[in-house]
Amino acid sequence: MVLKIRKNKYTYFRGINLSKTLLEIKNLKTSFRINDDYYAAVDDVSLTVNKNEILGIVGESGSGKSALAFSIMGLHNRAKIEGSIDFKGKSIANISTAKMNKLRGKDMAMIFQDPLTALNPLMTVGEQISEIIFLHNKGLSNKKRKGRVIQLINQVGIPRPEHTYEQFPHELSGGMRQRVIIAIAIANQPELLIADEPTTALDVTIQSQILDLIKDLKKDMDAGIILITHDLGVIAEMADRVAVMYAGQIVEIADVHTLFENPLHPYTRSLFNSVPNTNEHQDRLHVIQGIVPSLQNLPRTGCRFATRIPWIDESAHEKNPVLHEVIPGHYVRCTCHSQFYFPDESKEDQKHGVS
Amino acid sequence: MGFLEIKDLKVHFPIRAGLFNRVVGHVKAVDGVSFTIEEGKTYGLVGESGSGKTTTGRAIIGLNDVTSGSITYEGKSALGKNKSILNTHKDVQMIFQDPYSSLNPKKRVLDIIAEPLRNYENLSKQEVRRRVEELLDKVGLSPESIFKYPHEFSGGQRQRIGVARAIALKPKLIIADEPVSALDVSVQAQVLNFMQDLQKELNLTYLFIGHDLGVIKHLCDNIAIMYKGRYVEQGTKADIFNNPQHIYTKRLIAAIPDIEPANRAKQLKYRQEVQAEYEHASDEYFDNEGLAYGLQPISDTHLVALPEKG
Amino acid sequence: MIPQMILLSILIFIVAQMMPGDALTGIIDPNIDPAAIEAQREALGLNNPWHIQYIDWVNATLHGDLGQSFRFKMPVTELVGQRLVNTVWLGLVTLIFTYLIAVPLGITSGRYNDTWLDQGITTYTYIGFAIPLFIFGLVMLWVFGFKLSWFPTNGSVAPGTEPGTMAFVLSKIKHLLLPALSMALIATVSTVQYLRSEIIDTKQKDFIVTARAKGASEQRVYNRHILRNSLLPIAAFFGFELTGLIGGTVFIETIFNYPGMGLLFIDSITQRDYSVVTSVVLLFGIASILGALLSDIILSIVDPRIRIK
Repeated sequence: MVLKIRKNKYTYFRGINLSKTLLEIKNLKTSFRINDDYYAAVDDVSLTVNKNEILGIVGESGSGKSALAFSIMGLHNRAKIEGSIDFKGKSIANISTAKMNKLRGKDMAMIFQDPLTALNPLMTVGEQISEIIFLHNKGLSNKKRKGRVIQLINQVGIPRPEHTYEQFPHELSGGMRQRVIIAIAIANQPELLIADEPTTALDVTIQSQILDLIKDLKKDMDAGIILITHDLGVIAEMADRVAVMYAGQIVEIADVHTLFENPLHPYTRSLFNSVPNTNEHQDRLHVIQGIVPSLQNLPRTGCRFATRIPWIDESAHEKNPVLHEVIPGHYVRCTCHSQFYFPDESKEDQKHGVS
Repeated sequence: MGFLEIKDLKVHFPIRAGLFNRVVGHVKAVDGVSFTIEEGKTYGLVGESGSGKTTTGRAIIGLNDVTSGSITYEGKSALGKNKSILNTHKDVQMIFQDPYSSLNPKKRVLDIIAEPLRNYENLSKQEVRRRVEELLDKVGLSPESIFKYPHEFSGGQRQRIGVARAIALKPKLIIADEPVSALDVSVQAQVLNFMQDLQKELNLTYLFIGHDLGVIKHLCDNIAIMYKGRYVEQGTKADIFNNPQHIYTKRLIAAIPDIEPANRAKQLKYRQEVQAEYEHASDEYFDNEGLAYGLQPISDTHLVALPEKG
Repeated sequence: MIPQMILLSILIFIVAQMMPGDALTGIIDPNIDPAAIEAQREALGLNNPWHIQYIDWVNATLHGDLGQSFRFKMPVTELVGQRLVNTVWLGLVTLIFTYLIAVPLGITSGRYNDTWLDQGITTYTYIGFAIPLFIFGLVMLWVFGFKLSWFPTNGSVAPGTEPGTMAFVLSKIKHLLLPALSMALIATVSTVQYLRSEIIDTKQKDFIVTARAKGASEQRVYNRHILRNSLLPIAAFFGFELTGLIGGTVFIETIFNYPGMGLLFIDSITQRDYSVVTSVVLLFGIASILGALLSDIILSIVDPRIRIK
């Protein structure tokens, strides 16, 4: 897994420098139709991704993080997309599939979660990597293309590239398949890479190798990376900035050090307390009361997390919670964080069962 | 004498090939595993996919054939002809990984939880119903859920239904195979807390099979690390996490992402050191087939797979 | 497969033994002395224990001797030989029609599911499932054979045509088309439905999202990824299609009076020509087993996951 590392042209400072902005999302709302009504899975999300930056997005299932990724890539079939998504200064929200296909796979690419299902079982690994190069560079000769594919297989650290070229996905292990998926994603050296839970299905030792690979790619290609995960450890190791999503909204966004040192939003803090931490001993893990509401039952007004912290007085919440910039670059939604505290364990026990 | 004692357990699967389905070789899924679990404790079995940890659990309860070795439960051999008979024991139960597929979707919660009760205990309809309601209450589900079907519940709730079924007969030993891997972190916390409470209340013994070292460290008293069907290291929580000896254990621990962004550089350095050791010293830890050696004691509680000296 | 063949042959043998009479019953003069018949039985081995008789029968069958048809007074092998060729042609043309109909309809229906086009095709498949083949065959015969006179209404070739001539071949084809089409229109509906659900299923697979994320056009996604993966189970289904066809030929050949195995089968039953019946059943059975084997072979060729090493 040796990568040639180019010297970075840019150095990253906290805050936004417009010339480096790669992706800018404003008030994005992605809605799905369920029984004749539209429900927003991504609700009023605004964020930016810069070059040579990893933006981590954390959240549990149902938080809308994958729906957000699919919206950027234009991969939703029957969703209504409102708001703006600007990629390198050009709008890519609701553009035609033909136009999107010129960008997808070339300037922007995606790494998928499940290496077992994301590859076509009937095509060789070589053909599948080859396809993405062919689609965006039809003039390349077959021989050159094959050479490039083998170079890519080598780059993602798969031994014996010529042999692997001819293999089918089922002949490879999960970790190797994920490398193939990464090879597909980086084949045309995209400027924006979206990794949707890239290591969730993998063993820890493989995970750390894949994460190293993604880090190298960032340095090597100067790419902007969106890393979606539910694993706070992965975020801590990888991200430059972090956005925490809950119920379709960003509830907190800050650079990684600030967020881990001083998490503010009740949801962020609850998440931190519910993960078994290998560094310190906890007797009990924190349990967030209730469940993530389904898309149809999402409260659309007020603080969406309020029902899960019922011991916090209603007056602590804003009527229409917005993101507040508490220190430069650190945004928190709603005012409830200033009055949030964790309840006494014994009290919590009586309540957590009710669902 | 331990509560559950496993000695030199081997589970080999035949590989069949050719026109007549002849056995051409064996996959040594579990290859000589021995351990003892004490009553009321939690024993963690850690390994990556393909390490044989799940097969070990399944063989102990009798879902896989045992090739050789012994399984002793409460001082009595639990081995039938070539299968463990623990699954017919009402004090031994299993919790499965996938809360979505391990519950029969066509059955009501009442019938799912009542099944073991109906099999083992002669209770009237009202008594069964009352017991099921008690169990639901214990796992924190409302008694109205009794007539619902599995699909009406969230993942964490389903896993709790699985737990309710497992504890219906007041078991002494529960084999939990990755019970929280498919769950979100907050739901995972719920199930883990609940399993701990239950342990205290019923003096349960857990054999906890998992790959997430964070969860294992949180829950287990003793831990074993498995690699390609063999143990590479076994010890108390402190032995394994504070004083890992085998290179494979070190690699596993080094690979856990550190939750402190400030430790990035330190973590990276540690990982590189371990990787370097792995690359140049792996002969000292693995035999020429790439398998772990036999276990050698390095303290009263701590066993490491190292070549025999001399 | 070999155990299946043995089991099949034993079953057929037992059933044949249970039928009244034996090889001599039909051909002997009632005036012959019963002692002489008994001697003849002994000589022919008809009094041997069943397993010896079975082995004799298998031996004869393997050497191509299926016995005598008492109705046609000719060896069954010869009789079957003529009919078999007709049925193979009928089956082949039916299969071609079946897939010619199923593939485009299934693809359209699967790709544009829940549109009016899909609903139309699905309606056709439901009608196809509901109508019994023998009724549909009769309707086709009546409309296109008798009313419109587009096709001949019986036989496999016009009488008086010389074998080997162009006219003979054309006449053969003309006789084939209507029965084959009738059978295909009904037989195809299960394949259409199957292909439709396969395509709908494949459409939602993760690797299709991967293909779209590569920037592949919709056309390419369908041609390169969805279609190939959906046709795979259809190929595996081929052997069963073959088995279904055997059942179909029995009806269709009878309705169209087409001299093939199916018609021979029905005729032999009504005429109590047992040696022919057992031979035909044996051949049908072998064809079914071979069909299943063929499915496995096709699947192992097209699916790399189960490719034989």
